[in-house]
Amino acid sequence: MKTPHAPQLARIVERIQESDDIFTLRLRFNDATMQESYRFRPGQFNMVYLPGAGEVPISISSDPEERTSFAHTIRAVGRVTRGLSRLGPGDEVGLRGPYGRGWPLEEAEGKDVFVITGGLGCAPVVAVIHYVLKRRERFRRLVILQGVKHSHDLIWRASYERWAQAPDTQVLIAANATEALWPWHVGSPIDLVSEARFDPANATCMICGPEGMMVAAAKALKARGMGEADIHVSLERNMQCALGLCGHCQLGGHFVCKDGPVFAWPEVKALLERGGL
Amino acid sequence: MPPSRFLPHSDLQSLLDALAARGYAVIAPQSRDGRIVYEETRRSADLPWGASLEQTAGGSRIHHAGHARCFTWANGPQALKPLLFAPSEPLWRISRQADGYAVKAAETPQRPLAVIGVRACDLAALAIQDRHFLHGPYPDPRYGARREGMLLVAVNCTHPASTCFCVSTGDGPEAKTDFDLALTELDDGFVIEAGSAEGEQILAALSLNAAQPAQTEAAATGIRHAAESQIRALAGRNLHDALMSRLSHPRWQEVAERCLACGNCTMVCPTCFCHAENEQPELDGSSSLHSREWDSCFGERHGYIHGKQLRPEISQRYRQWLTHKLATWHEQFGRSGCVGCGRCIAWCPVGIDITEEAAALLK
Repeated sequence: MKTPHAPQLARIVERIQESDDIFTLRLRFNDATMQESYRFRPGQFNMVYLPGAGEVPISISSDPEERTSFAHTIRAVGRVTRGLSRLGPGDEVGLRGPYGRGWPLEEAEGKDVFVITGGLGCAPVVAVIHYVLKRRERFRRLVILQGVKHSHDLIWRASYERWAQAPDTQVLIAANATEALWPWHVGSPIDLVSEARFDPANATCMICGPEGMMVAAAKALKARGMGEADIHVSLERNMQCALGLCGHCQLGGHFVCKDGPVFAWPEVKALLERGGL
Repeated sequence: MPPSRFLPHSDLQSLLDALAARGYAVIAPQSRDGRIVYEETRRSADLPWGASLEQTAGGSRIHHAGHARCFTWANGPQALKPLLFAPSEPLWRISRQADGYAVKAAETPQRPLAVIGVRACDLAALAIQDRHFLHGPYPDPRYGARREGMLLVAVNCTHPASTCFCVSTGDGPEAKTDFDLALTELDDGFVIEAGSAEGEQILAALSLNAAQPAQTEAAATGIRHAAESQIRALAGRNLHDALMSRLSHPRWQEVAERCLACGNCTMVCPTCFCHAENEQPELDGSSSLHSREWDSCFGERHGYIHGKQLRPEISQRYRQWLTHKLATWHEQFGRSGCVGCGRCIAWCPVGIDITEEAAALLK
């Protein structure tokens, strides 16, 4: 009997340590047919299962057109993610997905793309950055704004430096606290919204990070003249089933796992500004 | 529609026998430890003959009044919900093999149940649970298997509790659809009607007399009196905008000072569907069982996300429960999540009354 709750088995093909507590697992389903037919959109997530420990929802950070494997970038913060951090190539995990609504990439075509991330928020949108850079002709300017608490939390530093050299691409980075020789802004990433070079009337913004930061970013974008419907956010909630059944991820009338995790700002604005919902 | 018939109390056993003969395990209400519980039985004598329930805010007491009826009470703490959406059940198991792991789904439940004594409020709740578990993008196979095999014998409510308010939600006291058979109790038996093809077959096999006009009239009067005797009411069937515009109302804090966050209201609520998924590894590491069990939005772990509690305050959790039930439920299901059964009022250890809270919030 097939049940939507049961995971498929997948094997780790590569493990990359991105920072002290952030790592990337590149995975491939054991079942070759399953791997071949597996498709996802940037912004969607999988339930990743550590045998004997449990499942966690993790967004997919690789390019959707890489068909032989896919990747998850994970911060070791809880029991399951710490366990996953100890796995290496050849080890098996369970996987089911992809789930949820991804980023509105078709809607963004022909427009400026403004990506704002806070902390490890960069993982769900790094897939977007790769997507846009690979299909550069379909989009106009690309602005990448990344904020971290401390400069040592900035992962993919080399990538940001490389992306900054790409045509029509602006990279803005902020850290609230830094080590010596930090070349970028010290302070909140919201400070940098005013420096972004984009056309607020013809842009799509995708934001991922702590909720307070997303609320502040949306406000700053609105102040620059952006329409709220062009602002999209990816939300995190307690997700245990990812099937819209278990109820933990509800935010107002939304089941974040199936109605999101990506929402247009007007859909969730009032709920997030309120907090505690 | 075939005419209704009359089932004397003395022939109730023939209904249980007919259901058992069709392969059903018969579930019927029984008086146990001061409560009405829905459990398996083959004997009509096991039903709560002569029992009455006095339900108040924070209380439910059974009395054995010595009369000859068996449905002179409104509802026990549970009815259909645990029979379809199990309080705790296995989903799948992962085992170590020589060359890796293997995942095996738990066996799908297969025993068909016939439930006697389903109230109109519980049928309304069932329709919501059906929609939640079966009509989304990922239908739940375990709920689906149990639901497919279930036969429903409704009982129209003639003795609502003081905690009942199904008239105000539009869900009772009369069962109108989605049953196989429906009974209305009189002093000496039941007016019985069929609501499905299978119900008609069962009714035909029972060879009962047609109900007399005086009997159907007495049944209608009993239901009408049940409607008229309800003393509680929700102040409207759609409180979405009213409640969502009162998220800062001082009443949330006031009710939080009484609320114990025990989650009883969510456990007895026939529409609450939240459940947690759990992992139970064997001590020797050879396999691990992945299961689920009912969860409550009043609990610490419901809104927990990597080191952060989204709703740390009880006022936020009560607000989450009430605004979900009476407001945002409309966005999800096109109706309120409250069917007026009053269980959350009777089974709240401190007697918090949803109708009273909603009214206070609307002020």
